[in-house]
Amino acid sequence: MLKIKNYVMPGTIEEAYELNQKKSARILAGCGWIRMSDATVQTAIDLSRLGLDKIEETEEEYIIGAMVTLRQLECHKGLNDLTKGAVRESVRHIVGTQFRNCATLGGSIFGRFGFSDLCTCFLAMHTEVKLYNAGRVSLETFMTMKKNTDILTHIIVKKIEEPMIYLSQRNTATDFPVIACCVAKRDGKFIASIGARPKQAKLVVDEEGIMKTAVSEEVCQKFAEYVAHNLDFGTNMRGTAKYREYITKVLVKRACQEILEMEGK
Amino acid sequence: MKLTLWLNDKKVQDEIAPDMMLLDYVRSKGCYSVKCGCETTNCGLCTVWVDGKPMLSCCIPAARMEGRRVTTLEGLQKEAEEFGKFLAEQGGEQCGFCSPGFIMNVLAMVRELKNPTLDEIKEYLSGNLCRCTGYMSQLRAIENFIAYKKEKGEL
Repeated sequence: MLKIKNYVMPGTIEEAYELNQKKSARILAGCGWIRMSDATVQTAIDLSRLGLDKIEETEEEYIIGAMVTLRQLECHKGLNDLTKGAVRESVRHIVGTQFRNCATLGGSIFGRFGFSDLCTCFLAMHTEVKLYNAGRVSLETFMTMKKNTDILTHIIVKKIEEPMIYLSQRNTATDFPVIACCVAKRDGKFIASIGARPKQAKLVVDEEGIMKTAVSEEVCQKFAEYVAHNLDFGTNMRGTAKYREYITKVLVKRACQEILEMEGK
Repeated sequence: MKLTLWLNDKKVQDEIAPDMMLLDYVRSKGCYSVKCGCETTNCGLCTVWVDGKPMLSCCIPAARMEGRRVTTLEGLQKEAEEFGKFLAEQGGEQCGFCSPGFIMNVLAMVRELKNPTLDEIKEYLSGNLCRCTGYMSQLRAIENFIAYKKEKGEL
């Protein structure tokens, strides 16, 4: 378990940022994996008193605090209406209700974990993250950035209603996904975000306009193959690279068909 | 460091280590229903309520609970006994090891969900693992309990 020498609950983000500049400090978010760490930290910085546990709404965006729990996302009507239930689908398989009342969106996004359902889902949306020091950057860019001592304060989702389907494959209920898949239509183009490869989620855009041709099962299959071809897969104890590639094609095809059905095509 | 919180509606104040988990803290206060069953934050046995929401006490730093209201099974004796009878009637308590965390989450569910379907019940309770694997008897007990509470006009 994580060993903590000094526990601090800053009253401002500035204070949290200053404290986090020391190498021996660590930010505490939802603490879901705290038992599985054997590290020792000099100063644990608890973000739970910074008012980052709210989902705010403007005319154009949802501004989600980094300490918003997965359960808050699961039950949020606006976000789920916007994403046709994809947000709920992306979190409802994660461990259990009690865990989702602890785990936070910020913890999952900042960690950029390969297994993250949240990274996979939010990458397929018009998402930006807000970092205390670096400001707003797109989630896609953030996924490629190296971890540093900045603090993720908010995740911002633009209110652009587009068809979206989230699917995942798990070896057993409540486990990490073997493959996580979110297919959406963004600016008229089909995109697929594929996570748990087991590397972190990556976006594939239909740059060849495959899905613009006459819609059929064959076209969905072709796009699924295009997505799998543009990604690399790895092997771990949950599945082989070959298995992941195969499942990716199945899920992408299925998601495309569901989107077409959603559009009445 | 100093910690002040409400445990089962009683204000308590203690000196704690900075890395003490809530699970260990409530056990140190005599709440032995709360147990660690997995070490991987997966099994649901350590479920407590924090400000009325079910959470896993094994992964919550006790220090985070400053000023919060924490409830364990010891603070819900009446409700737990009421549901426990339904569990026993169906043989759903089985070895009994997972029962405290399970009952805590069932009681949270009946407060939170209105007329839950069987699928919604299963989903809500998916984080409560029973090594006896007798989920069917537990589900029957919950359905009977909900029907009883509705009949009494309490749901």
